[in-house]
Amino acid sequence: MDVAIIGLGMHPFGRSPSMSGLEQGAAAARAALKDAGTDFKRMEFAFGGSQDSGNADSLVNLLGLTGLQFTNVANGCATGGSSLNAAYSAIKSGQYDIGLVVGFDKHDRGAFNPKPSDWGLDDWYGETGLMLTTQYFGMKIQRYMYDHNISKSTLIRVAEKAFRNGSLTPTAWRQTALSWEEIENAPMVSEPLNKYMFCSPAEGGCALVVCRADIAHKFHTQPIYLKTAVVRSRNYGSFEVFSPSQPPKVADSPTVTASQTAFELAGIGPEDIDVAQLQDTEVGAEIMHMAENGFCEHGEQEKWLADGVTEITGRLPVNTDGGCLANGEPVGASGLRQVHEVCTQLRGDGGARQVANDPKVGYTHVYGAPGISGVNILAR
Amino acid sequence: MVAAKPLHEGLFSWPTEIPNLIGSQCLDCGEYAFPKQNSCRACSGQNMTSADLGNAGNLWTWTVQSFMPKTPYHTHETQETFTPYGVGYIEMACGLKVESRLRENSPELLKIGMPMKLEIITVRTDDEGSDLLTFQFCAAEEQS
Ligand SMILES: [Zn+2]
Repeated sequence: MDVAIIGLGMHPFGRSPSMSGLEQGAAAARAALKDAGTDFKRMEFAFGGSQDSGNADSLVNLLGLTGLQFTNVANGCATGGSSLNAAYSAIKSGQYDIGLVVGFDKHDRGAFNPKPSDWGLDDWYGETGLMLTTQYFGMKIQRYMYDHNISKSTLIRVAEKAFRNGSLTPTAWRQTALSWEEIENAPMVSEPLNKYMFCSPAEGGCALVVCRADIAHKFHTQPIYLKTAVVRSRNYGSFEVFSPSQPPKVADSPTVTASQTAFELAGIGPEDIDVAQLQDTEVGAEIMHMAENGFCEHGEQEKWLADGVTEITGRLPVNTDGGCLANGEPVGASGLRQVHEVCTQLRGDGGARQVANDPKVGYTHVYGAPGISGVNILAR
Repeated sequence: MVAAKPLHEGLFSWPTEIPNLIGSQCLDCGEYAFPKQNSCRACSGQNMTSADLGNAGNLWTWTVQSFMPKTPYHTHETQETFTPYGVGYIEMACGLKVESRLRENSPELLKIGMPMKLEIITVRTDDEGSDLLTFQFCAAEEQS
């Protein structure tokens, strides 16, 4: 049984001081149900996730105690990807006809402060100052730039594009475009990445209603079909966050394995994708993920960014809503925002940021610690 | 005066004149790990032995920690006294890359491939006044 997405809902990312994370999740769920022209009573199952805002299944207190199967998902930044993957399987298997996927979060300002024991590490690692995701991102792109001749200009171009796209997106957190100089001269966080090159923890909610493809038209005139949803974890040798040591040989990242599997299952290739969302926790991630997802060769990003290939007006628009950089990252919701945006583009509802290439096939890629990648291929 | 001791036992040989990093090696597949592990990340085997990783290597990648980290970071520094530090991976002789603080803390002093050597530094003192030690790497040759 094929799977369709018939409802899109979002509670805008950023700051909502008067609302809890859970309430933002409920707002997103209601919006998605409304978009699908249905209600919560009709939902047979739900998969949901939140890192810092409590159990996702508490949403039933706000949406209604209907007795549905509600499963909580916790996969770090890849939570949204894992939730949608689970919903895909639930419908694909024939077990259910229609259900809800929802994610939300409300994080404190500033960097996350993870505990070593949660990651199987001893306290010394954190106490001596190695337990920072920002360091990992800096070191990973530093080596990548060295190996593949990527310049600092390319880092700046990715940030420039993100905030420019954010300025065209009414639901984005950062809606002000930034100049080259503003980005270049921002305070350094972790060499070579500065303040405007990182996304920040934020708040927000996102939800999708999914159903059997053969009943999709009863709910929405423009169903978007979820061709495939793949999640993979890291192999031995993948360079991941919070690793006190790494093996000599660098292995392919989980993004490569998830992406290759997704393309294989969908029976198409990277050249068939018209619009994409690639995890951009920081600018280096977007650059590396362009190649890891098979869209270009390693090192080719330098030319792609200079030529504007990934701009809204380009051949392969990437992160058309400004991605994580302009929307911030409410961890539980972030992966679903990507799907929400690609579906919006495929429906032609992107407004000022609508891509011009009449997109038929879209792609989303989420990546989270400690080495989980989720890829979705979507088509209208 | 109480004797200095490692913040965490087993990361490096101590006390000794020239400390080396201590990791483990899998007797089944030969892969190394740091810190010491009881099972192998490569082959899932549990036939592990302690391995001397040496005290020198080359810088594989690096960054600089420019602001004072939040907890679990634990030193006696304050926002005012915090000194930025480098962070990098050092490729050891066996090929394993070990993550470490670096003494060098500015981009001009750090270059991928440069030779690095181990040194032992004080993280903080405990309630009895003992220095608690950890390892870091620094440039093996004076920068010109
Ligand atoms: Zn082994």
